[in-house]
Amino acid sequence: MQPASSKRASVLVNGKPTVTEALTLAELLSELGYGEGHFATALNGAFVPRAARTQARLAPQDRIEIVAPRQGG
Amino acid sequence: MNAINPRSAGTSALSLYGVDVDSRLLLGTARFPSPQIMSDAVKAARAAIVTVSVRREAARANTGQQFFELIKALGVRVMPNTAGCRTPKEAITTAQMARELFESDWIKLEVIGNDDTLQPDLFGLVEAAAVLCRDGFKVFPYTTEDLVAAERLLAAGCEVLMPWGAPIGSGRGLANPYALKSLRRYFAKVPLIIDAGIGAPSHAVTAMEMGFDAVLLNTSVAAAADPVRMALAFAGAVQAGRMAFEAGLMERRDMAAPSTPVAGTPFFDLERP
Repeated sequence: MQPASSKRASVLVNGKPTVTEALTLAELLSELGYGEGHFATALNGAFVPRAARTQARLAPQDRIEIVAPRQGG
Repeated sequence: MNAINPRSAGTSALSLYGVDVDSRLLLGTARFPSPQIMSDAVKAARAAIVTVSVRREAARANTGQQFFELIKALGVRVMPNTAGCRTPKEAITTAQMARELFESDWIKLEVIGNDDTLQPDLFGLVEAAAVLCRDGFKVFPYTTEDLVAAERLLAAGCEVLMPWGAPIGSGRGLANPYALKSLRRYFAKVPLIIDAGIGAPSHAVTAMEMGFDAVLLNTSVAAAADPVRMALAFAGAVQAGRMAFEAGLMERRDMAAPSTPVAGTPFFDLERP
């Protein structure tokens, strides 16, 4: 077993386990390559507005949702 | 001037949360064979409001942006939904994400209570509606024909209700016309939109003749062999049903009543039994 770096945390991104060094939601999005795309986010079931992503700190096992417009009925 | 405006055809305007809407047909955007056919169907249906959703987006996919551009180009009002949400919390967060994405405070609120029937969880629905109304949303709750739930939704701040005709995607029409009629009678001033279960234009005509303010449908158009032609058919049906309602339908009778005058009937003989 690899010793885990103290900086690396495992979180769930859209239901998929993801290891990240990001400390905030904004850093995570940038690390994953979401860039400036048109999407919205939630952290542990609570909405995180675009402007609040830099303040949203991540903790191990956090659940992150990243969603975008789609067809619907 | 006898020209009829094909969009309203002389029917009165529909007002939803203070916004005048010039079409009584709301169309979903899902399950179409292609984006082009979806766009053509929205135009053919003369829909003024379309429903959309939010779904998980992969990094660098940009799928959402492309879809949003397509929808914006249609020039219609967008109503995001909370489809698939099973708890008030999921629905509330989804609504908040949708508001940011679509820059619209209109939300079709769905809190699903049963996977097989996609029946609304009325308790969760009322709870979520109260939170969202307080948060400034214009909530369009997908509900059943239940009158008490309807009262609770109105008390929670909803100004429009969307009772189902039948389960989503079932195409069964109005499964409980008696209860829907009661709902219509009881809430005479509340905009009521039949959402879900409409499978054929005849179902839409029936709903509109009963005095419902609009219908929201998706699968019946999207899954038709020719969705654009079906959209046209529904546009005509909704218009015909509304005009009939406004014109006032005749009373139904149990026995026949001759339409041709009886007086002066040839060979008429009072003595003849």
